[in-house]
Amino acid sequence: MADLEEGFALTAVPLGSGPDGPLGVEQSDKTDQFLVTDSGRTVILYKVSDQKPLGSWSVKQGQIITCPAVCNFQTGEYIIVHDNKVLRIWNNEDVNLDKVFKATLSAEVYRIHSIQGTEPLVLFKEGAVRGLEALLAEPQQKIETVISDEEVIKWTKFFMVFRHPVLIFITEKHGNYFVYVQKFNSRILSKYTLLLGQEEKCVIQSFSTSVGRKFISLMSLSSDGCVYETLIPIHPSEPEKNQRLVQSQLLKSVVSGSARNGVALAILDQDHIAVLGAPLPASKECLSVWNTKFQTLQTSKELPQGTSGQLWYYGENLFMLHGKFLTVVPFKCEVSSLAGALGKLKHSQDPGIHATPHFVNWETSQGCGLGSQNSEQSKRILRRRKVEVSVQPEVPASTQLLATIQKDSEKHIEVELRKFLATKRTPDFHTIIGDVIIGLLGRCKAEPSFYPRNCLMQLVQTHVLSYSLCPGLMEFALEKTDVQILQLCLQQFPDIPESVTCACLKVFLSIGDDTLQDTDINMESVSDYMDPVQDGEMEGQTAFLQNGFSPEEDNCDSCAQKLKEKPQATADESTSCPVTTKRAALFRNAVLHSAYSETFLLPHLKDIPAQHSTLFLQYLYFLYLKCSENATMTLPGTHPPTLSQIMDWICLLLDANFTVVVMIPEAKRLLLSLYKFVKSQISICSELNKIEVSFRELQKLNQEKNNRELYSIEVLELF
Amino acid sequence: MGEFNVHRVRFFNYVPSGIRCVAYNNQSNRLAVSRTDGTVEIYNLSANYFQEKFFPGHESRATEALCWAKGQRLFSAGLNGEIIEYDLQALTIKYAVDAFGGPIWSMAASPSGSQLLVGCEDGSVKLFQITPDKIQFERNFDRQKSRILSLSWHPAGTHVAAGSIDYISVFDSKSGSAIGKMLVDRQYMGVSKRKCIIWGVAFLSDGTVISVDSAGKVQIWDSATGTLMKNHLVSNADVKVQIWDSATGTLMKNHLVSNADVQSIAVSPQEDSFVVGTAEGTVFHFQLVSVTSSSSEKQWVRTKPFQHHTHGVRAVAHSPTALISGGTDTHLVIRPLMEKVEVKNYDAALRKITFPHRRLVSCAKKKQLLLFQFAHHLELWRLGSTVATGKNGDTLPLSKNADHLLHLKTKGPENIICSCISPCGGWIACSTASRFFLYRLNYEHDNISLQRVSKMPVFLRSALQILFSEDSTKLFVASNQGSLRVIRLQEGGFTHPRAFQPQSGTVQSMCLLAVSPDGNWLAASGSSAGVHVYNVKQLKLHCTVPAYNFPVTALAIAPNTNNLVIAHSDQQVFEYSIPDKQYTEWSRTVQKQGFHHLWLQRDTPITHISFHPKRPMHILLHDTYMFCLIDKSLPLPNDKTLLYNPLPPTNESDVIRRRTAHAFKISKKYKPLLFVDLLDEKTLVAVERPLDDIVAQLPPPIKKKKFGT
Repeated sequence: MADLEEGFALTAVPLGSGPDGPLGVEQSDKTDQFLVTDSGRTVILYKVSDQKPLGSWSVKQGQIITCPAVCNFQTGEYIIVHDNKVLRIWNNEDVNLDKVFKATLSAEVYRIHSIQGTEPLVLFKEGAVRGLEALLAEPQQKIETVISDEEVIKWTKFFMVFRHPVLIFITEKHGNYFVYVQKFNSRILSKYTLLLGQEEKCVIQSFSTSVGRKFISLMSLSSDGCVYETLIPIHPSEPEKNQRLVQSQLLKSVVSGSARNGVALAILDQDHIAVLGAPLPASKECLSVWNTKFQTLQTSKELPQGTSGQLWYYGENLFMLHGKFLTVVPFKCEVSSLAGALGKLKHSQDPGIHATPHFVNWETSQGCGLGSQNSEQSKRILRRRKVEVSVQPEVPASTQLLATIQKDSEKHIEVELRKFLATKRTPDFHTIIGDVIIGLLGRCKAEPSFYPRNCLMQLVQTHVLSYSLCPGLMEFALEKTDVQILQLCLQQFPDIPESVTCACLKVFLSIGDDTLQDTDINMESVSDYMDPVQDGEMEGQTAFLQNGFSPEEDNCDSCAQKLKEKPQATADESTSCPVTTKRAALFRNAVLHSAYSETFLLPHLKDIPAQHSTLFLQYLYFLYLKCSENATMTLPGTHPPTLSQIMDWICLLLDANFTVVVMIPEAKRLLLSLYKFVKSQISICSELNKIEVSFRELQKLNQEKNNRELYSIEVLELF
Repeated sequence: MGEFNVHRVRFFNYVPSGIRCVAYNNQSNRLAVSRTDGTVEIYNLSANYFQEKFFPGHESRATEALCWAKGQRLFSAGLNGEIIEYDLQALTIKYAVDAFGGPIWSMAASPSGSQLLVGCEDGSVKLFQITPDKIQFERNFDRQKSRILSLSWHPAGTHVAAGSIDYISVFDSKSGSAIGKMLVDRQYMGVSKRKCIIWGVAFLSDGTVISVDSAGKVQIWDSATGTLMKNHLVSNADVKVQIWDSATGTLMKNHLVSNADVQSIAVSPQEDSFVVGTAEGTVFHFQLVSVTSSSSEKQWVRTKPFQHHTHGVRAVAHSPTALISGGTDTHLVIRPLMEKVEVKNYDAALRKITFPHRRLVSCAKKKQLLLFQFAHHLELWRLGSTVATGKNGDTLPLSKNADHLLHLKTKGPENIICSCISPCGGWIACSTASRFFLYRLNYEHDNISLQRVSKMPVFLRSALQILFSEDSTKLFVASNQGSLRVIRLQEGGFTHPRAFQPQSGTVQSMCLLAVSPDGNWLAASGSSAGVHVYNVKQLKLHCTVPAYNFPVTALAIAPNTNNLVIAHSDQQVFEYSIPDKQYTEWSRTVQKQGFHHLWLQRDTPITHISFHPKRPMHILLHDTYMFCLIDKSLPLPNDKTLLYNPLPPTNESDVIRRRTAHAFKISKKYKPLLFVDLLDEKTLVAVERPLDDIVAQLPPPIKKKKFGT
């Protein structure tokens, strides 16, 4: 989910005299540092996170910078062009731009481009391109003219396509636009004519590109306020031919059609674009983020002091002029997790119960659907705009709630929270919930007496949280040994680290039964089988045999002998649950279902005291026996742990604690029965293997029967 | 349509060789495959995966590495220590260069395709410069302790990763000095194995090195620090895929994918996915996946396992849209990646290529003899006979069983390229890469005597295709450089070796020949150009069939009409009248209406065409999984009609039967088919090679445990 954070002005002092805002904002070779070129005479290097300039360089009075400063990533030097033809190269140590390296070129420079991983490129106003090294070797070399007379470069960008540098520039001549794509690996210059899709002639005001697998996607913002997309093939079929490119409309009326300036566009990622401009003819200028896939407005931010129609986007920061100050607006997308792809998948929950967070606001997307009538659409958009403006004061509801959390009483918070949860969910609902929880936890830490348990429970049950959204919650609950919250978290969160899972397990094992009695634990999943009736026991016995486990079976083992002495006792033990219902619910619902990866879980399991691991083992064994009671090998109840989950946990526990468990007298019986069980499984497997081999032999015989003869004469009739 | 007695032959004991290497060329969309017997095959992936060229194997030339270089030049290297370049036009070996480093285990062409690197038994890595007509030794890299089993260039060409035993070295490709070394953990699941063999390495542009080894690990290394980034255990027998960052030389990740060897690795050109093959026959697909939905941080994740092989996968390749794998079980498997396939047509289906796309069987119809071609010998069999009759589906009692008449072993280490028996059964010809053999056979009752015709003319050193005329008096030989000759055969020898006038400027070798039954016309086709028809009497080119985009897979000239029937790899069949020099009316009708979609979706090419001796309207063709008798007098099937109707129409009225009857009479009863022909108007011979019989002759696969043990 896109999120524009609070912006801040980068410059305390207004930028130079230029009426059109800065000449350019470029990345330097260090992260977080950017080169800002004034339209006058100054270049300033800013560190964005510190909001302070690190260095500033100016050209002499009378000279004027004509091309924004860039950083040569290969050498760490900075490059500018002043007075169209004079190239200057300097580095951080240099103070005076007059004394640094100077090269006077034979033609006027349009832009210098520099990106990571390749040498800078110089684009001349006549369309010729030179590598910096080649140019510096012979500064006065003749520069050819590529574009025709009266053609003017409007926009240009340099990027890497599959490790090969590609320069794209767009020219205009009498209202016609041409796209040039220069590939440097093959030295092919492709020229395309941009066909404007709209009826009336519009002036394109801003461009932006992104690179896909096969196409360069060129987006343009026209003066009619719409965003158009053009796909330029990376590998043109006939590079020499002048080809045509057709624009297709992507978004309608993102800015007011009448806005003549202050309009800009930047591609943020494959689905998001940022648009700078006034949404209504009369309104103030806005920075808005649109989702192009669902054609929805994600977020917007008003810029009441006006802007210059320039927008730069690097990493996570959007740069624009707000009033007279260069403003940085950090841009963020929601972080989600890939626990499922790396570790064991959490047992998928019934999608019916689970409320998925809303990523798409369909109500707003209707307005920009691929509808038919132009006027109607724009009207609808207008209406929506109004709605949005009226909604805007409400947005602080979350901030208000956050403020409440900081000071009000537990009761009041609860009421406020309920109110907040009752309102319609905004797209950033889950991040707000995360913030609320972090706020609550912060206060809990500050005031030991404050523990808004109900609020936390309510929040966890919104189904939108994950561990990473509220990292402190589970640790806090562990501290408080609040098993109820832990149970809820284990059920809800998809991405709990193994260490935390294990810590929960430890708490569940160590907590006293009397404490458990008083807590309210969701037991719906275990209620079905915790009161074993006699019938069940009997079935259980037969099922063991089916599954190859038979307590009566005697394999001349001395330990087995001992077991045999009390077969009734074993049977009893195996069918009565070793733990109380509540504890079982905790284990079963919470721990067994959680996602984990073995390597990370094992070391933590080793820390569990032996008695506890024995108890847990006993419970798992009990579950296994329950499982084998029916033919489908499943447990009754809602969301039961699967057989493989149970077996995985048994193996893990034994792996982690085997040496310890072996030493404990209480565990002896359990180990013996496990041993017997494994042994019978092994014998079953070997029997199965034997059967398989004989089956294969039979199959072979059967085949031989079919293809017995190497040669036969058969009668075949063709119809 | 008629009833046939079918001689169902399963005694052709043909076993294809296991696949050793595959190399994919992105520019031409061709795949080179080398087999354990040294055979190298070229598949055209654009032409319906047709095997358009092959280079015969050689006993001493076990290829261990295969690669393409600039200008679509193909190189192989092997345990005899030689680097070989193949001439893809003339279908010969251009030259062989000894690398003087003992057996060669690995080879890699530089990203620019202008340099060749080989890894040798003695631990040396040798750099060769590829010149326009040869290769030239340039430099040795720093010598390593033991054999170099795998090599990979950095995509920028600046560094090279070399997998040896127990470690991976990183070289600077300019200076040839070893700048980093990454030690691979010998241990596997706590048990120390004797040695850890790095079967494959791949260098990515960000400095990451991925290694696969005999401990079943896929490891991802940071070559800059030499640290392991990730480790995937993929197999139970022997393969780790490790991804290393070469800048540090650190292992970044370790995927344990198997307890068996991971024997091969291939990375996609975009470096967003790679594929590894294990000794257990499983192919694993790894993809670079974002850790979180929005962040740019990405991680290698094992996404899909594929089990298309019963035996170890020795070689894998990664085309932009498909995973290609081959191994000991002799199948070449092409598994398209569904997310990369743009059009979900039949090309998106899994392909499994087992049999060569050329004919290994020839037949002397009159004498009912079958000649089988093996790698190093020929077998001659006489079919049996029966006096009984029966109805559809019956197996008739044999009055005489089939006889194995001859077992003819060629001398020398070279594989047989082609062979043929004359229609009268009196002559057998076969050729290896350097020798041509012609034998005269005499039958006296049940005795058979064989006499080799000595004193073959000098030019007849090798042939790509041999064909006898219908009356067995002439022998047509297509040899390298596009030359085409005719020899008149006489009792005890031959006379008049004469050459057809070659097409001006062609060096294209002819791979397919067809002669008209009246002996007047000879049709010949190469791997790409059109079909040329020659007048045999005048030894002159008569006409050239207009070129078609797809290679020819089979050719035949019909009796009486002299219509040339041509099958192409895209499953199109054309009929061209030689006397009229134009396509026949029937062919035009077929093209106008189009073939049935199921006909076009067959995935094996037609490898043989023949004609009904009595009914000129009937054409017999077959591929691996069906044979078809086309009756040109019947209407063509359209997409709505049932193409395959195996059930005999029993109670239907004659009207319906006539309405549903169409020209294509197809039988899928016998498969896989290596050869089908009409012996006479009532008798068919079908040579089958059941896959189970092939599997029975392969070494046993690694046993996998079942039932949870």
